Amino acid sequence: MPNNNNKIYDKNKIVIGIVIFLIISLFPIWYNHFKNVPAPDPLLTEKAKIAKECVLPKVLMKTEHMQLLNSWRDSVVRDGKRLYTNSQGKVFDMSLSNGCLDCHSNKKDFCDRCHNYASVRPYCFDCHIDNPKEKK
Amino acid sequence: MNVHYMFSLIVVIGLVLLAYVGVEVLGLKAIFGVVLPYAAFLTFLIGVAYKVIDWAKSPVPFRITTTGGQQKSLPWIKSAKIDNPDCSVGVVVRMLTEILFFRSLFRNTKAELKEGNKFSYEWEKWLWIFAILFHWSFAVVLVRHFRLFTEPVPYLLQLLENLDGFFQIGIPVVFLSGLLLLAGVTYLFLRRIFIPQIKYISLAADYFPLFLIFGIAFTGILMRYFTKTDIVAVKQLTMGLVTLHPTVPATIGFIFYVHLFLVCVLLAYFPFSKLMHLGGIFLSPTRNLPGNTRAVRHINPWNYPVKVHTYDEYEEEFREKMIEAGLPVEKEE
Repeated sequence: MPNNNNKIYDKNKIVIGIVIFLIISLFPIWYNHFKNVPAPDPLLTEKAKIAKECVLPKVLMKTEHMQLLNSWRDSVVRDGKRLYTNSQGKVFDMSLSNGCLDCHSNKKDFCDRCHNYASVRPYCFDCHIDNPKEKK
Repeated sequence: MNVHYMFSLIVVIGLVLLAYVGVEVLGLKAIFGVVLPYAAFLTFLIGVAYKVIDWAKSPVPFRITTTGGQQKSLPWIKSAKIDNPDCSVGVVVRMLTEILFFRSLFRNTKAELKEGNKFSYEWEKWLWIFAILFHWSFAVVLVRHFRLFTEPVPYLLQLLENLDGFFQIGIPVVFLSGLLLLAGVTYLFLRRIFIPQIKYISLAADYFPLFLIFGIAFTGILMRYFTKTDIVAVKQLTMGLVTLHPTVPATIGFIFYVHLFLVCVLLAYFPFSKLMHLGGIFLSPTRNLPGNTRAVRHINPWNYPVKVHTYDEYEEEFREKMIEAGLPVEKEE
């Protein structure tokens, strides 16, 4: 006669198990204390503000800058080609330190803000630190 | 062609299309980004708790531990402490090795007729290897996703990410766990297709979670390495969910909503499917009971409360008549 008396066997162990399950499952809820952090706002330098346009439109830069840099690296290191022409016909020097970081010289307030928020630690910066810049 | 996997495949494709149409055509971003995740997560929590409590109501009529070694008996007979544990420490070790390393699956063998009709068992480790691969990489992938649910991101999580991307292939770095998860789920699917006996016993409920998990891993990998999505906006949405201040950023592409919707389906489907082996493994009487049948009496909780009339009571009732009839009695008064 299974289930005839609706009794929970080993009730203590079952309750402890369910409580542990709930604590683990709800980790993000209690970890953040219900406090939402505003989205990071990367700060533009004066130079970047004056230039107005980056290599690609802002939306694309936001999502695809890492792939662009990766293709630049391949192009420079493997083929020795250092010039990039964007869709508007503007030509750029393919260089992280002399190109990107020249305009966006504030790594801490520009790159790192989103990178930290998204927990990304690109190894580009292992070598390409802001200062001293690479020599031409 | 097989109706079971075709059915599951079509359902998963339908779910993907549903999310696509819902977000891109109908613009129901708040439904797919906020309402459904909350509903699915609640279903998951309540469903799992309900299932476990329901299972706990089933009595275990007798000790049905499976034994993989000598039970503890006389002191000079060596007993298997883990395979046939006699105390709770042994049970804990046995459960841990079962849950973390799938110990009983490791003993998996393949039965085959060889050289005509010679019956033989052969060791078969592929299922164990890919099961370990699948479950552990799934766990790593799951834990990694907590970078989207925590601010600041805990140090241990960053360490795990660094380990996962150890080979620093490409930008963003390839996370090995994602690829291993795909490999694992692919093997688990292919064995159901190519091994005739397994194909015979496989039903839609076996294929559906595999296709679903494949879809989740695939869309995730697609988003990370190929089509790209605005990860900062994604984190705004996920953080909004866990801090109970839901927001729906406008800049997230539909592929994210497909991914999220499949995860929601997985969560909501979880408690009512074979996936509940997550909870079930803890409640397996063949694994979690000590093998102490010779030392401890286990009373069947099913036992019906039988009305008994002991001999003492019987004699009490009929003593005078028994003496009259000349029958022997225990107590003469």
